[in-house]
Amino acid sequence: MHDLPWLLSAPDDYSARCRAIAKCEGEVGPELQRLATLRLSSPQALSFRRALGKAQESGRDLSPLAPLKLAIVSNATMDFVADHFPAAAARHGVALDMVEAEFDVVMQEALDPGSMINTSGADVVLIAVDHRWLGLTSLGVADAAPQVEGAIARLFEAARMFKSHGAVPILPLIVTPPQPLFGSFDRRVAGSLASKISAFNQAVLDFAQAEGAYVFDVAAIASSVGITEWFNPVAWNAQKQPFSAAFNPIYADRLGALLGAIRGKARKCLVLDLDNTLWGGAIGDEGLSGIVLGQGSALGEAFVNVQLTAKALKERGVILAVSSKNNDDVARSAFREHTEMLLKENDIAVFQANWTDKASNLEAIAATLNIGVDALVLLDDNPAERAHTRSALPMAAVPELPSDPAYYPQILLAAGYFEAVSFGADDLIRADSYVENAQRAEVMAKSRDLGDYLTSLQMVLTCGPFDASNRARVTQLTNKSNQFNLLTRRVTEAEVEQMEADPAVITLQARLTDRFGDMGLISVISCAVDGADATVTDWLMSCRVLGRKVEEAIYDTLMITLAKRGVQKLHAAYLPTKKNNMVSEHFDRLGMTRIDETAEGAHHYEASVTDYVSPVFPMTIENAL
Amino acid sequence: MDRSEILSKITELMRDVFDEDDLVVTDETEAEDVADWDSANHVRLIVAIEEVFKIQFTTDEITAPENTGQLVDLVASKLKG
Repeated sequence: MHDLPWLLSAPDDYSARCRAIAKCEGEVGPELQRLATLRLSSPQALSFRRALGKAQESGRDLSPLAPLKLAIVSNATMDFVADHFPAAAARHGVALDMVEAEFDVVMQEALDPGSMINTSGADVVLIAVDHRWLGLTSLGVADAAPQVEGAIARLFEAARMFKSHGAVPILPLIVTPPQPLFGSFDRRVAGSLASKISAFNQAVLDFAQAEGAYVFDVAAIASSVGITEWFNPVAWNAQKQPFSAAFNPIYADRLGALLGAIRGKARKCLVLDLDNTLWGGAIGDEGLSGIVLGQGSALGEAFVNVQLTAKALKERGVILAVSSKNNDDVARSAFREHTEMLLKENDIAVFQANWTDKASNLEAIAATLNIGVDALVLLDDNPAERAHTRSALPMAAVPELPSDPAYYPQILLAAGYFEAVSFGADDLIRADSYVENAQRAEVMAKSRDLGDYLTSLQMVLTCGPFDASNRARVTQLTNKSNQFNLLTRRVTEAEVEQMEADPAVITLQARLTDRFGDMGLISVISCAVDGADATVTDWLMSCRVLGRKVEEAIYDTLMITLAKRGVQKLHAAYLPTKKNNMVSEHFDRLGMTRIDETAEGAHHYEASVTDYVSPVFPMTIENAL
Repeated sequence: MDRSEILSKITELMRDVFDEDDLVVTDETEAEDVADWDSANHVRLIVAIEEVFKIQFTTDEITAPENTGQLVDLVASKLKG
């Protein structure tokens, strides 16, 4: 987790983009936050620090970032880890101003009322000391109590002095060096290093509770990445770096989350995608019994753990919402009827299952809850949805996720979106009160103008006929697709083979790739040709590629192919089933003319092939037909 | 990675760390030649090099190089393992 896998990596021209901030005429706050929400190397973090510093010097408005002045005192050289602080703080909503004391002058700064730190007007002071400053280095077992008491007395004296000059102290829970003297017996000996540090950390927690201070759990960071790796004797001896520089980004990010929470910038609401995020598979296609969830399969257990995590967050006051591309009743059926679902409908404050884009749905969720979009975190397995949401709503948090859902819980929690500096009775009931008050938000009628976004996906649509290489997948799709399926004709592999060989049948299968990857074979179409007329016999598509103009591009390819074959008129029909209501107007949207409807709800269409004019599409179309 | 690739990568890092966009770096470039090459920025450079090349300098190696050429040679020898 030390390389912050929930962030996208920074582009190569990152430092140039940081320098460009100074010349930027418009609002710089959102751009700074966007630049901060990336995985940065040390020089990149330094570039950000300089860019922010220049923007602050010139007195520019940095909102929505909230200003905070942080003083830093330490027995180690904090300069290099501090390079990462401004970006980490901006990532969590804070425009950080730093005052750094010289190396190893903690008590001098604390006790002198005229010291740099005490006169700096800092809001908070990070007392970044470790076992070496506190005298808790001795491996000897004698006189444990005086050593711990001495360490506590020093730290608390410094904390009280800083506080009396206006800076609320941030106290560390310190890391135990991996130097066991007895082995497993260490913690049973009061004088062991492990026992002394444990007693010290407990005293820090008690002090924070009694006198008012923030606690920065450095010990937890070090354990999460590995304590043996944490301490780096070379870096300590040569430059007095407090720990290995490899962990500067995670240390800074954890501190940034704490500073964000201090400024009230912690996120409030977790928005959950459904298919392949809360359960495996697409419920619209696989049905209630077809989704993967529950004990008994490794994948099912992974999704149980995602739900457990969401539930635990809700219990500590985080609001839960749903945004999913699904029909509302189908999506809700899982919450109502699936026995393995841990999350129930009444856990979800706002439930948005529809076919509108995610960004519009996130805005609707925020509006319904009366919170900012910047209070939302979207957990979504689909990289294209994540990219769309980030580009449309840069203030919302959208963690990157690996393809394996087993890692979702730890990534969601490690990103520090829901950092807290207090926890009380109100928090326990908060999420439920939102559920009670919220009404289902109106789906935003207007969809965003997605042209630029679609172009940025760099989609390539490859169309070709059915053949031996794709026969199995074509057969599978004709049997699995329920929602985006106009005629719902189920065929066997042998029948597909016959269609390939039949000169009176035109077959078309389409594959889609974009800059995020290969979606594989996503659409299957066939037509029966009779002289100048062609009739659609199969038309289906994977719902994963909805809203990308793919269906229009495939229609375009089909029309061009039909024209080449001398077809003049295309006939098509929509036959209703329980699951395909979403495509009842598919052929209308493609521009075909509806010529009649039956009492059962079937629609019949026709369109002139000869009069068809190709529009421009936001993708490359390769036509092998 | 050959010597010239290492030098160009280190040049990039130096430009960022020393905040000098058009810094020209040769094998002979040393701390005295660059305005912002002080001891703190030297550590920043070392940390950045360790990060980018995924190597770890030993105590001896941190202070040994006297100019950029020696630094490049050191990185090259560590990359060879």
